[in-house]
Amino acid sequence: MNADSWSPYILTFVTFAPLVGALLLMVFPRRDRDIRIFALVFSLLTFLLSLHLPVHFHRSQAGFQYELDRAWISTPNIHYHMGIDGISLWLVVLTTFLTPLCVLISWQSVHDRVKEFFILLLILETALIGVFTALDLFLFYFFWEATLIPMALLIGIFGHERKVYAAVKFFMYTMIASVFMLAAILWLYAHTGSFDFVVIRDEIARGALPSFPAAAQWLFLGFFLAFAVKVPLFPFHTWLPDAHVEAPTAGSVLLAGVLLKMGTYGMLRFNLGLFPEQARRNAPWIMILALIGIIYGALVAMVQPNMKKLIAYSSISHLGFVVLGIFSFTQAGLNGAMFIMLAHGVSTGGLFMLTGILHERRHTYEISEFGGLASTMPVYAASYLFIVLASVGLPLLNGFVGEFLVLSGAFQDRPIYGILAATGVIWSACYLLWMYQRVFFGQVTHSANNSLHDLFAFEKWAIWPCAVAALVMGVAPILWLGAIDPAVQAALSPFSQFVGQVVGQ
Amino acid sequence: MTSLILPAGLQTIPQGVDYIRILPELILSAFGIVVMVLDPLVDEKKSQKLLGYIGFAGTVAGLLSTWYMAQSPGLAFSNMVKVDAYSVFFHFLIIGIAAVVILSSFEYMEVQRIRAGEYYALILFGAVGMALMSSAVELVLIFIALEISSISTYILTGFRRNEAASSESSLKYFLLGSFATAFFLYGVALMFGATGSTNIDLISQKLQAGPVVLLVYVAMALMFVGLGFKVAAAPFHIWTPDVYEGAPAPIVGFMSTAPKAAAFAVLLRVVFTINAPGRFWILWVAAALSMTLGNVGALVQNNIKRLLAYSSIAHAGYLLMAFAVTGSENSVSGISAAMFYTAAYAAMNVGAFAVIGHFGNAGERYVSLEDYEGLGRTSPLLAATLTIFLLSLIGIPMTGGFFAKFYVFSTAVKAHLIWLTLIGVVNSAVGAYYYLRIIVVMYMRESRQKIAVSSIPFGLGTALAVSFVATLYLGILPGRVLQYAQQSAQELLPQAPGASAKIVQTPLPAAISRP
Repeated sequence: MNADSWSPYILTFVTFAPLVGALLLMVFPRRDRDIRIFALVFSLLTFLLSLHLPVHFHRSQAGFQYELDRAWISTPNIHYHMGIDGISLWLVVLTTFLTPLCVLISWQSVHDRVKEFFILLLILETALIGVFTALDLFLFYFFWEATLIPMALLIGIFGHERKVYAAVKFFMYTMIASVFMLAAILWLYAHTGSFDFVVIRDEIARGALPSFPAAAQWLFLGFFLAFAVKVPLFPFHTWLPDAHVEAPTAGSVLLAGVLLKMGTYGMLRFNLGLFPEQARRNAPWIMILALIGIIYGALVAMVQPNMKKLIAYSSISHLGFVVLGIFSFTQAGLNGAMFIMLAHGVSTGGLFMLTGILHERRHTYEISEFGGLASTMPVYAASYLFIVLASVGLPLLNGFVGEFLVLSGAFQDRPIYGILAATGVIWSACYLLWMYQRVFFGQVTHSANNSLHDLFAFEKWAIWPCAVAALVMGVAPILWLGAIDPAVQAALSPFSQFVGQVVGQ
Repeated sequence: MTSLILPAGLQTIPQGVDYIRILPELILSAFGIVVMVLDPLVDEKKSQKLLGYIGFAGTVAGLLSTWYMAQSPGLAFSNMVKVDAYSVFFHFLIIGIAAVVILSSFEYMEVQRIRAGEYYALILFGAVGMALMSSAVELVLIFIALEISSISTYILTGFRRNEAASSESSLKYFLLGSFATAFFLYGVALMFGATGSTNIDLISQKLQAGPVVLLVYVAMALMFVGLGFKVAAAPFHIWTPDVYEGAPAPIVGFMSTAPKAAAFAVLLRVVFTINAPGRFWILWVAAALSMTLGNVGALVQNNIKRLLAYSSIAHAGYLLMAFAVTGSENSVSGISAAMFYTAAYAAMNVGAFAVIGHFGNAGERYVSLEDYEGLGRTSPLLAATLTIFLLSLIGIPMTGGFFAKFYVFSTAVKAHLIWLTLIGVVNSAVGAYYYLRIIVVMYMRESRQKIAVSSIPFGLGTALAVSFVATLYLGILPGRVLQYAQQSAQELLPQAPGASAKIVQTPLPAAISRP
């Protein structure tokens, strides 16, 4: 079979391969080692399969590719419509890239109910990929909600001391927010007779919905609330630190690496795609919230005594950049936002893994418990430094590219936004490097830290791919941006019309 | 009624086909009688199993005969019974529920030391009443069927004879229930006074033709009180938690689904075929109140049966949303959404109560939330099954509960009931919390007491498998069931005068409606 003949089905394969793995695991005997190997093999296979997507992707095209559209349920008119463009392409690959690393990093840290853990992890992967590939609003909501259960269970069963509280809080926050999106989706269906993203977008753009203008603001907010909680945008962020601190390492990696991007992806795809006019109108206050998130997240991260909480707050700050970039409606801003999503997934995923490794050895995240680790764990310290620098935004590493683009986009939109957001870059250097200094430099203050084992082989295999990705993304961002840019241009096309209209009047 | 002149074309003596159109009812009754007769003849040890199998065989025969009945649609017994896709749907549903409940009762009866004879017979008789409710198109017959089903359930609730709570629940249910059916009867009487008929089709024609008098509104309201009680809709829901707490767990699974489905079937007929005037605000308020009170009440429950009782009130509320729509196109989707909902709700709730009944052990000792601690570890299969049912009750994708809610909400949005929809979606998010609590307790807490969970016996295992598969089937491939529901919904709506083939077939002269 040549590549073209199975192209329409490749997305289906990629999406459901982990689910098949999960189903097979269910009937697998409870031999922990075999289960781990099986999960690793399956997640690697999924990753390799997903590499088909960027390899055969037509980079110059803006529309959806690898599309598959089949009727699923006749009434209501629900389709199994999958497809990706430059925006979702890399998010799918990011998901499949991080999952094998999550399996590796959980090799030893999960020793109780191993089978359940990997089943949940693989189900979560399917749901996450589905969110990015679904082009039918119903299907999208389906996957969106489907991510909740495995994630909540991962936190609640395999987490730390206050896991139940964190799991329930996470679940309720996102569930309550997303039912408003459901209401908005149902409204769109009731008035267009379709759940298809492309159909609905075109109908709205043509002005074919007479009752749309009155409802548009509410629909926009219905979608936006669901996404804002997921991102999380200030002031909807309070679930995130709890969820991160209590989650197992693999849970944190996927939570920060992919789950949060569901929110920003949703904003880009649906809030901008379906409601450009409302997005334009609401942009000022959203950008202010994003700026508050950037600075507030950074300041709170600065004073955290807990490493994991520090990284969690740094996520709020970084995701603020993404939202800022999206609602700047500039090409640079959107490209940057997309790039930060990917870069943050890789580098924060790496940070969470490294922090988890330390927790496994010392069972604490308190910064004050450490110090001088650079002498006892040199390889670990070097890896940590590399990822920290990527996260801080050192030129030639991945964090820099995205932040630079977003800042220049924000500057084009309104200089004060760019200036304020730029302080976030400085803050992030402060809190991350200060944390690094306290943990790794100086004298070893706690005798328990003298005997810490440096990275195990499987941990190296989990960390170093992140480091390599961070470097390649920093050196050759064009590999990624080449596919992102046409999609972003297409996403922005309604906005250039607006500008034209305003000028014309 | 003595002054009625029967037209020449109308059969007064029932024909063979008339009996085919109530064949499932006849067969279920026959099996019920066999169970009753055999009960004193076999010794108690044997009777448990034997009578159970006969009861189960009765339901299977009932299902087969429903299929046979479906081949000859039409009116029977002087237009009192109507076999159409709609009644066939509810026959399958109700008898199916009875079958699964009987399966899940085998072990329960042994553990609780309940004498089996009347138990299985009453389930069968109850199913007869409920099935008849769904096919009756004559208000008096509906009332009789309602009584048959109610009396069976009154007795079944009190079946744990040595438990005070069970007797209490039975008495409470009986007193309030008979009060409610009296309201229904009163409503029927007033409707007869206002329209001169008790036949639903004739009432519909009469109301379409002329101006609607005040008496009709009162009659509708009174009938709604009676049916609202049966479906546990607020503000007639107060009995639910107490009754569910005391009744045997499999019976709660039965009475929270089958009589409800039957009452909803009647309500659908009354609301949509009669095209009940002035129903909008009654149903709107009842739906909003049921959802909110049910969910808020469930938040603070610690007894799992009470919790699911409040949840059933909430689900009645979601279902009632589908009744509040108007306009013929919306009505079709409203009816089909409600039908789908009853089916999905039946699958998940019967399953959930089967698990609860098994886990409760002798005397239903373990029904509080703390007892479920660590169940995920001690009995992973049981816990996983219950989790799926609970996820379906929340309305998580891949389960029947998701599509059920989805159809209801999308119908409501289409009918411009935006506020009701918002109340609904917020409620379903709030509702997620208390179902989640059970899952959390099962998986995320360690058990503090040793509860030995016996292995799952064959009957219960089959019952669970059936509900499990049904829940997932409705969640992944809902198309066929929904299509069937839509088809029957179209038959249910009043036909435009002259356009209906059915009414032409059996012409009803004006004489019958004139007293």
